[in-house]
Amino acid sequence: MKIRVDPDKCQGHGRCYGLSSALFTTDDYGLSSVIGNGTVPPELEGKARLAIANCPEFAIEELED
Amino acid sequence: MARTSPVSDWAQDFDVLDAGYIEDPFSIWDELRTQCPIAHTDRRGSNWLPTRYADITAMAHDIGHFSSLEVAVIPFEGEEPEEPLLPYGLPPISVDPPIHTWTRRLLLPWFSHRRVEGYEGLTRDLCVRLIDEFIEAGHADAAEHYAQQIPVRVIAHILGVPSDLADTFTGWVRDVLEFADDEERRMRAMEGLFTYFVAEVAVRRANPGTDLLSQLLNTEVDGAPLEESIVLGAAALVLIAGVDTTWSAIGSSLWHLATHEDDRRRLVEDPDLMPLAIEELLRAYSPVTMARIVTEDVEFKGCPMKAGDRILMNFPAANRDPEVFEDPSKVMLDRQHNRHVAFGSGIHRCAGSNLARMELRVALEEWLRRIPDFRVADGAEVTWAGGQVRGPRVLPVVFP
Repeated sequence: MKIRVDPDKCQGHGRCYGLSSALFTTDDYGLSSVIGNGTVPPELEGKARLAIANCPEFAIEELED
Repeated sequence: MARTSPVSDWAQDFDVLDAGYIEDPFSIWDELRTQCPIAHTDRRGSNWLPTRYADITAMAHDIGHFSSLEVAVIPFEGEEPEEPLLPYGLPPISVDPPIHTWTRRLLLPWFSHRRVEGYEGLTRDLCVRLIDEFIEAGHADAAEHYAQQIPVRVIAHILGVPSDLADTFTGWVRDVLEFADDEERRMRAMEGLFTYFVAEVAVRRANPGTDLLSQLLNTEVDGAPLEESIVLGAAALVLIAGVDTTWSAIGSSLWHLATHEDDRRRLVEDPDLMPLAIEELLRAYSPVTMARIVTEDVEFKGCPMKAGDRILMNFPAANRDPEVFEDPSKVMLDRQHNRHVAFGSGIHRCAGSNLARMELRVALEEWLRRIPDFRVADGAEVTWAGGQVRGPRVLPVVFP
């Protein structure tokens, strides 16, 4: 599984970071990005799906392999 | 004292200051959502009240039609001073791009995750001290003696102003937000707050510190120092937006736990549930409604909106829309799909949301650790404030 945060949509709600600080990081302005190249370790796939389902801006997307 | 005349038609003559609405807005939203999802009133000018998630988030993103130049839910109907105290209002909440964009960037770093972690220790110490004061008595007003005391002191720390003025700050904020239909009281509070910050700015110009106010004074934008009115407005915003709101969220959450024994026990027994529980309590009891002003005549979902009309951005109702949330009137502490907009949606997402979440979490953690078993006192009357910010103002609880 591979995901990304769309920087044009993210408004810094920080919900993804709150759900998994192992997957996401936030900057000084609260904006999120995926740690690393976006590849989700298998044990964090559940968290990644949860983050996708909780983002109020629909900013997290699953990428095609 | 009745502040409003009775409402008989919520679709065409609603009033957010109606006592019944403040007590239980949920059933009114549910009815409106199916029958007239965008209600209207001519009380205090022409106002629209959307109740569906899709409409509210669409309007929040359509900043061209729906401006933030006035965000007060209750318009100020008193006499305006000739020269406005703050020509930009309280930036960035009361401005549109481009001013919004750069003023917001000045404040956001103060509320980043990293920065907020640094405020957690003092927040926890504060909660512990507050509980120390009433735990032996076996009863407390969880709103006045606990929830109300927390955010104002954390905000005072960030602004670099003395926390022993907490009661004064709280009074100003309540007058501006909760008693907004009393023009004289509202104006007096804004003047008090303004005069206070003008003096604090003078002190910091002579003796800069590391606080937010000092740092704003030291900030240059495009090679020039910030206009003083921007600094004053932003400081006033941090105080006004950071106090009533979070205190209401803490109070509503404690009210829920005092009245729902199963949820209280569950959270005490499974503290790992806290992050999801916080989001669920924020969804179910979202405190904040903000306004927008229609910029030009527009038809939105069949509603003929006129330039100058006010939209009450009903984020709390959006968060109870059954189109988006399964069984929305039920609090499910472990709700998995919770795309709530308690902190707004779009470019005006609450700048202090990370701070608010931390304060809410720490306030509940410390309370439940020391007072795992509590309920509303027999015969006690819980009172709520509403309008711009909804939350309990009197919440007598016992923990024998």
